[in-house]
Amino acid sequence: MTIGSTPVKYRIKIDQDLCMLCERCIENCSYGVFRREGQKIVPDFRKCTACHRCIAMCPRDAITLEEKPNDYRSHPLWTREAREAIYNQANSGRIILSGMGNAKDYPVIFDRLVLDACQVTNPSIDPLREPMELRTYIGKKPRKIEINTVKEGDYELKTKIAPNLKLETPVMIGHMSYGAISLNAQLAMAKAVNKVGTFMGTGEGGLHKDLYPYQNNMIVQIASGRFGVDINYLERGAAIEIKIGQGAKPGIGGHLPGEKVAEDVSKTRMIPLHSDAISPAPHHDIYSIEDLAQLVRSLKEATEWKKPVFVKIAAVHNVAAIAAGIAKSSADAVVIDGFRGGTGAAPRVFRDHVGIPVEAAIAAVDDKLREQGIRNEVSIIASGGLRDSADVTKAIALGADAVYIGTAALIAMGCRVCGSCYRGLCPWGIATQRPELVSRINTDEAAQNVENLINGWTLELAELMGAAGINSIESLRGNRDRLRGYLLDEGIMEVLDVKMIGA
Amino acid sequence: MCGIISVIDRSRNKMNGESIKNALSLMDERGSGEGAGYAVYGVYPEYADYYALHIFYDDLAEPKAAVEDLLEKWGKVEYDEEIPTYDQERLKKDHTPWRYFFKPDGSFFSGSTEEDSIIHIVNKINTEIDGALVFSSGKNIGIFKASGWPEDVANFYRIEDYEGYIWLAHNRYPTNTSGWWGGAHPFNLLDWSVIHNGEITSYGTNRRYIESFDYKCTMETDTEVVAYLADLLGRKHGLPEDLTVKALAPPFWDEIDKMSDDKKELYTALRMAYGPALMNGPFAIVIANAEGIIGFTDRIKLRPLVAAEAGDRLYISSEEAAIRRMENNLDRVWMPSAGEPVIGRFNK
Repeated sequence: MTIGSTPVKYRIKIDQDLCMLCERCIENCSYGVFRREGQKIVPDFRKCTACHRCIAMCPRDAITLEEKPNDYRSHPLWTREAREAIYNQANSGRIILSGMGNAKDYPVIFDRLVLDACQVTNPSIDPLREPMELRTYIGKKPRKIEINTVKEGDYELKTKIAPNLKLETPVMIGHMSYGAISLNAQLAMAKAVNKVGTFMGTGEGGLHKDLYPYQNNMIVQIASGRFGVDINYLERGAAIEIKIGQGAKPGIGGHLPGEKVAEDVSKTRMIPLHSDAISPAPHHDIYSIEDLAQLVRSLKEATEWKKPVFVKIAAVHNVAAIAAGIAKSSADAVVIDGFRGGTGAAPRVFRDHVGIPVEAAIAAVDDKLREQGIRNEVSIIASGGLRDSADVTKAIALGADAVYIGTAALIAMGCRVCGSCYRGLCPWGIATQRPELVSRINTDEAAQNVENLINGWTLELAELMGAAGINSIESLRGNRDRLRGYLLDEGIMEVLDVKMIGA
Repeated sequence: MCGIISVIDRSRNKMNGESIKNALSLMDERGSGEGAGYAVYGVYPEYADYYALHIFYDDLAEPKAAVEDLLEKWGKVEYDEEIPTYDQERLKKDHTPWRYFFKPDGSFFSGSTEEDSIIHIVNKINTEIDGALVFSSGKNIGIFKASGWPEDVANFYRIEDYEGYIWLAHNRYPTNTSGWWGGAHPFNLLDWSVIHNGEITSYGTNRRYIESFDYKCTMETDTEVVAYLADLLGRKHGLPEDLTVKALAPPFWDEIDKMSDDKKELYTALRMAYGPALMNGPFAIVIANAEGIIGFTDRIKLRPLVAAEAGDRLYISSEEAAIRRMENNLDRVWMPSAGEPVIGRFNK
């Protein structure tokens, strides 16, 4: 009892005049914050994660929640977080876990890049009246094409084009595994991508049979644990992704606690019931770029060269050289996950301190691939903290072919970014395997929400392109002339290779 | 704005620069007196086997010596002279134009072509020698351009003294970059010359793409990339002219989706391979090479383009009135559809 308890973080108020004692807050709170005492609902502040489920479900708007002001002695260095982490570790001697993405107050580069718009001499294009093309092919492209002239004006294609994914919008949903999130959450997203004409990742959790109807829009993932991987899995995916790293936790593997490995999860992952699913940090068959190239080719061989193979890495210091190596390994796309990428669970110290922002990583990778003359032969998919269509537009202008969204898709299904995903108690039915919580997601409704989100972003992307006088996404890609840096330092501007405002 | 006009005589009958000067001057409203230029093919028959390097010098001391050292190192200059110019009241002579008839030494370019060595030399001069700019580098063709009004630039070079079987002319209204001699059109690399009305909103993408093939953009303007793209797709990758245009201004996906399977496969491949070469924004462009001329607009035709024929001559211009200034008795006048190339080749 040396340390004692720390101050509560959230304060909940219940307006007793409005409360009608319906107890929905009690039913809905999976963290057990609420209990009834006579004619009153009494909250236990200490259990609250600010997930907002109670507020969203209260029929009388009787509940309010506020982040309680720091009542430690204020100090610019020894913040509440710093002190509480120490108390926590002094008590436990363990690694501190966290969920979602980087929670440090680093400047967001996206917010310091501004987009261009046409004025007089170069007319903007109205997407409501003119064609606006967002179709994107992800995969290997030939350096040049060869043709036979049959007769003048009539040609025959000699070049064989490698298989590509055809996207109707450059927004895809990244890999969130069955286990980390619920089947209903996966199903909802699968329905949405199928409807919109884009793709989502399975994560490293295998492919549940209920997702088979949507397999043509699924990218199957192979991580170091190889959960759920067999030839059936590979053949069902529209593309295959090898996960080397993840933005939220570069350099380390994954851990799905045994409590989340329910029967269906164990079957899908092909692991024993309630066993911890630990994917190691390295792939034990990849210790060099040559090994990676072999795995890429083995997967292509196994699937008769019919599927593109992607390689996902976390954005780290030397990301450009690594990506160039990947591009030369026969991979069809390189996925770069920035340090704002989300996760079900990561050591906090990794989430907040390892990696680099995706904006800088895209720019550096695009530059390096161009320098080597191979940029157009491999696709770049960017992910890690994209929040809106402006982020997507800027990511593409910096050099990405397409983006993966993760947290944004979860938010579209109700997630309030409380950051407690690793506990498996998600009251929104997303990051949990408890049947009573999972059933809170109506897959059709949630699918509609995700579909709406992607459609909304796609419309905005088209408008932003039209404003810049661009009617085809190919002409936005790597078009850094359409960006200007605002309040960015010279060093970052140099990495991004953008001009400053006014130039 | 900007005014463009071009003509090819398919039987290779030569035309002097007088009438195209008059036609271009008719479109003075499309310019701002900050740039005009003329390209003529077939102009140096006596040096047809030599690359005619036209160079702007800021002064005739260091830059000229540096260029000549470099040319001597890489090949042989058969003949050189200052390009004759005639003072004009409204035109300030910022540079001295010089021409060299040059042949590269074959032993230096094993493994690459003679053309590649010329591109290398042009890049080297334009990026490494201060005060020197190569603005024309083809065989038997010449570019004559400066900052000024069309008639002044024409009179400055006395354009009527030159004759050829293809002419391109351009009146510039710069809106994005400053009006300077190097920024005036036509733009040229080897046999490729380009005149352009409009703005290429995909310039950032196109520039990064073309630079990954070792071309260097030095002219501070978007039109330059068109000449390089034409060289890459047409000469290096061997695409026929019409497919080069279809790579630069491809059909919309909706149209491709409705094509027969063979064509769909071809056009999908073309867009996949050459997506970064796709040009966006409002433009009307004429590209010339030793085989002929080709004109086309952007995919939604945000800039005007009109074509006309009279006998063996094909005209492409921003305005019908300008064409009629050259030849009023036209057999056919038409407005090409958006993105559809108008091709004029010499009779076989």
